[in-house]
Amino acid sequence: MQRSLLIDPGKCTGCVQCELACSLEKEGIFNPSKSRIRVFTFHYEGRFVPYTCTQCSEAWCMQACPVDAIALDAGTGAKVILDAACVGCKVCTISCPFGTVNYNSDTGKVIKCDLCGGDPACAKACPTAAITYVDADQTGYDKMRVWAGKTDAGAMASTQYGGT
Amino acid sequence: MHHIVIGAGPAGVTACETLRDLDPSARITLIGDEPEPPYSRMAIPYLLVEQIDESGTYLRRSNDFYARNRIDVMSMPVSSINPADKVISLSTHDTLDYDRLLIATGSTPVQPPISGINLPGVHNCWNLADARAIATRATPGTRVVLIGAGFIGCIILESLHKRGIELTVVEREDRMVPRMMDEAAGGLLKRWCESKDITILTRTGVSGIEQEGAGLSVSLDNGDTLAAGLVITATGVQPNTGFLQGADIDIDQGILVDNYLETSKADIFAAGDVAQGRDHPTGGFVVQAIQPTAVEHGRIAAANMVKARSVVHRGSLNMNILDTHGLISSSFGQWMGVEGGDSAVLLDQDRYLYLNLQFGGDHLVGASSIGYTQHIGVLRGLICSRAPLGAWKQRLLDDPTRLMEAYLGSVQGLA
Ligand SMILES: Cc1cc2nc3c(=O)[nH]c(=O)nc-3n(C[C@H](O)[C@H](O)[C@H](O)COP(=O)(O)OP(=O)(O)OC[C@H]3O[C@@H](n4cnc5c(N)ncnc54)[C@H](O)[C@@H]3O)c2cc1C
Repeated sequence: MQRSLLIDPGKCTGCVQCELACSLEKEGIFNPSKSRIRVFTFHYEGRFVPYTCTQCSEAWCMQACPVDAIALDAGTGAKVILDAACVGCKVCTISCPFGTVNYNSDTGKVIKCDLCGGDPACAKACPTAAITYVDADQTGYDKMRVWAGKTDAGAMASTQYGGT
Repeated sequence: MHHIVIGAGPAGVTACETLRDLDPSARITLIGDEPEPPYSRMAIPYLLVEQIDESGTYLRRSNDFYARNRIDVMSMPVSSINPADKVISLSTHDTLDYDRLLIATGSTPVQPPISGINLPGVHNCWNLADARAIATRATPGTRVVLIGAGFIGCIILESLHKRGIELTVVEREDRMVPRMMDEAAGGLLKRWCESKDITILTRTGVSGIEQEGAGLSVSLDNGDTLAAGLVITATGVQPNTGFLQGADIDIDQGILVDNYLETSKADIFAAGDVAQGRDHPTGGFVVQAIQPTAVEHGRIAAANMVKARSVVHRGSLNMNILDTHGLISSSFGQWMGVEGGDSAVLLDQDRYLYLNLQFGGDHLVGASSIGYTQHIGVLRGLICSRAPLGAWKQRLLDDPTRLMEAYLGSVQGLA
């Protein structure tokens, strides 16, 4: 059973422990700007929204990569950057309509959530269960899929076909 | 069922991969005309700085990708096609019958009409053969003249400069990347390049090139001449449609395709740089000549080759991202704005920051940026979803950097 990150913004207090945990796990430093998950602040609504890659089935990033440097992790369903192959062209960063693939100028490569190989640090660090890692079909994951489709109502919703 | 795909670039390879996914029993033939395994032109700049070797440019990394997917790869120019008999001819005069045909032959650089353009030492930067020739000539200290500061010119500018050459860029128009960004952004880029000791001559044309001793002499239309060991031209491209003479397929700027990527001839499809396909968000038909569009076309065309009219192409978004010596710029869709539309512009000359959002009514239709790299893809999300921004429009007009919040709030309904 594949699992996915379920995000419940209603429970987020904006403590950014997820960002710290992610950057520590992935970069060995506490630096939110290097985190694959980011907490966005909505001053008007007094709300915090953690957001990261939904590992969408369309995989715009993976499709657009010119050198086959983004691979599907069959175990977790994550789309994973292969650092050795990534040339840093950044085409994936403009192709991802969710804005969740980012360029890291320190390494000259791109970064995105890889679900920490199936044990995501952000979910473990979240003190209020705003981020949980749960069975994909019991979650709001389907809802996130719908959003994914909606994002591409123009060019792309219609490009989905069974099996991929 | 025999699918033939002509052109082994990103459009053709993606199409073959999709064909195999959707049609496990079909025969698939991929015909290219370059000697190397299918590769990505986009990776050439990274080859030039020796960040990767040639195998790092290959479109598929695993050696057995084509065999495993039972894709027959041939390297042989296709010389003509005959839609009436559903047959193609190769340069060897051999012929092949197809049931469905995809034309994904890409484009070729346009040579500026100036004397000396064929001299040794004058090159395009379009394929691996060009890259090898440039790598041989562009040794540290060499004077290099780059003709054209469009997208491709600017993409290779950085790698050339990193090779330790002395670089002069000559551009006929009033700014750099004139078809990707406005004056303010082009001006920022130019100033940035100049601060890195690259000479940028805008509003300047090249009138001719001559051999001079072991090197070249480039004459400019302002009367000056430049000595050069290497001249690189990047003055635009044109679709490879020459072999279609006599096939009676409708061609305008590129091969005209419908919303299924099918051409005016039944069972013949076109994809990538060679195709004039639907543009998002304008709905017009244009040649975009970018990698993401080539891949999108390849995938959708293949789906329709397997099952007629199964997937609609509602339009690809024209978008680019450029790294000019560490200064990163991007542009999306109608970055130049639309009649009567609002815009939000943020410009910080000293910090080389620029963000320009263009609205059409209540939604985003285009954008361009310099110096912003984080969450930049959300511009695509905002434009392609055509999301009504509601209150977020005013917030973006007040502070254009709050793109991610606007997206989460308006498209994802998360706030
Ligand atoms: C240096 C460089 C940098 C680039 N950087 C970017 C970038 O950063 N972002 C971006 O979006 N785009 C970039 N591009 C553009 C991008 O590479 C093209 O849009 C893309 O390659 C188009 O893919 P395609 O499959 O349509 O065509 P191509 O990649 O051109 O492939 C078509 C293939 O068909 C072959 N062919 C042609 N005629 C025949 C025939 N008669 N018979 C058999 N084979 C034939 C061609 O030789 C070629 O191998 C760059 C291009 C270059 C040159």
